[in-house]
Amino acid sequence: MPVAFYIPAYLRPFTRENSRVELRQPADTVGAALERLWGLYPGVRDRIVTEQGELRPHVNVFVGEENIRFLQGFATELPDDCELSILPAVSGG
Amino acid sequence: MSIPHTPRNPEPAPVSPKNGDVLLLVGTMKGLFLVRSAGTRRRWEIGGPHFPGLSVYAAAWDARDGRRRVWAAPKSEHWGAELCASDDFGKSWKRPETPALRFPAEAGASLANVWQITPGPASEPDVMWAGVEPAALFESRDGGASWRLNDGLWNHPHRAKWMPGGGGLCLHTIVPGDRFGVAVSAAGFYRSDDGGATWAARNRGISAYFLPDPNAEFGQCVHKVVRSPGRPERFYLQHHFGVYRSDDSGDSWEDIGQDLPSDFGFGLGIHPRDGETVWVLPLQADSFRCAPDGKLRVYRTRNAGRSWQPLSRGLPQSLAYETVLRDAFAVDALEPAGVYFGTRSGKLFASRDEGRTWQAVAEGLPPIVCVKAAVVENAGGRAAARRRTPRSRPAKRRAGRRRRKAA
Repeated sequence: MPVAFYIPAYLRPFTRENSRVELRQPADTVGAALERLWGLYPGVRDRIVTEQGELRPHVNVFVGEENIRFLQGFATELPDDCELSILPAVSGG
Repeated sequence: MSIPHTPRNPEPAPVSPKNGDVLLLVGTMKGLFLVRSAGTRRRWEIGGPHFPGLSVYAAAWDARDGRRRVWAAPKSEHWGAELCASDDFGKSWKRPETPALRFPAEAGASLANVWQITPGPASEPDVMWAGVEPAALFESRDGGASWRLNDGLWNHPHRAKWMPGGGGLCLHTIVPGDRFGVAVSAAGFYRSDDGGATWAARNRGISAYFLPDPNAEFGQCVHKVVRSPGRPERFYLQHHFGVYRSDDSGDSWEDIGQDLPSDFGFGLGIHPRDGETVWVLPLQADSFRCAPDGKLRVYRTRNAGRSWQPLSRGLPQSLAYETVLRDAFAVDALEPAGVYFGTRSGKLFASRDEGRTWQAVAEGLPPIVCVKAAVVENAGGRAAARRRTPRSRPAKRRAGRRRRKAA
């Protein structure tokens, strides 16, 4: 069950400029998929989560079109053949 | 690792400082500007913005050990804060793949922002300190490649009772030395006499009207502290109401702000050689925090705070309701000393004669939160340029045409 990440522009210097990263190993949950992502590309980790492992408040992770904040967070289970998008929230002044 | 510039972000304008130039590191809410002038400080060239869209509350120049390094701490509201360094005046920036400045897991905290970057003394060219939010001190012994949380301050029994000021609970001021000082808003001034192993609050005499006990041991809202050159036991301190001097390394503080139109302010600058000359920028407070009567005036003492003189020549004197924040005030090391400050409305002012006269260097920058002044070393310069192979006649003609066109 392939899982793919969409990588935003700010993080691409840490994914060798790849805007899409496909995981070769399975992941059952969002948290497991993220662990695999920063196993491949360690530089994205601290930009997505804090030192305490919490999702940064203005970063959103979507499974398909659903924001994991309104699902089960990192424990959200992944369906087969899904795409996860890491997106900065529309915020700022 | 470079910072990506998306098509929607501006490309930073470059500057190429030479030895002896003055370089201002101007951190704003929307990026870092590098502002350059020859040592005459008459004409200024503005480079940037670097890190467009990111706030830069802390920046530093490090010329120790032959470096020509600019440090900056861009903070993305989305992706967090980190330390970046440039050895070519912003043409490229280095940032580690994994941010080096971060709390250890056992601290139970996460970095919110970097408020101060302080290179150590020339005798310890690989020592650096950083002050961060939540309030903590970090130390590097390898020129900023790795950082360690100062446990002595982090585990201080007062810390659980520290309360944030308006800017957050931040360690914003670092005054290195044998008697090492740091300031935290709103916890006050703390000093270590054993190289940072242990710390003690040193706020006696600083009146905190906003506490039930205005003479509390800690809880003061210290905005900025500077140390006197040549007299390490003397500090000056700008408090949330009150300008103070200590002649005993902070053991006691004396109010020296009575002659000022307001003793509230944020920024504070000290002369690089004359420890009795200090500049402040009074703001009307408590909640207004703008230049009193809409007149933008710097005040200077030449006698360690016994009297103050207003300095306004070249500064706007009507409808100038400006605010200057704690780290947006700087002094260079030239003779006479240059004095600089930036405002929340994006105006940058410079004086090349110790505050006697002022010029507006820029208007319309993003809100300015940080100004650092450096005299450039290790960059090569005019003397080096003269030693280069003489140019051919056509090259000289082209250079002449470029100069005339630029003029």
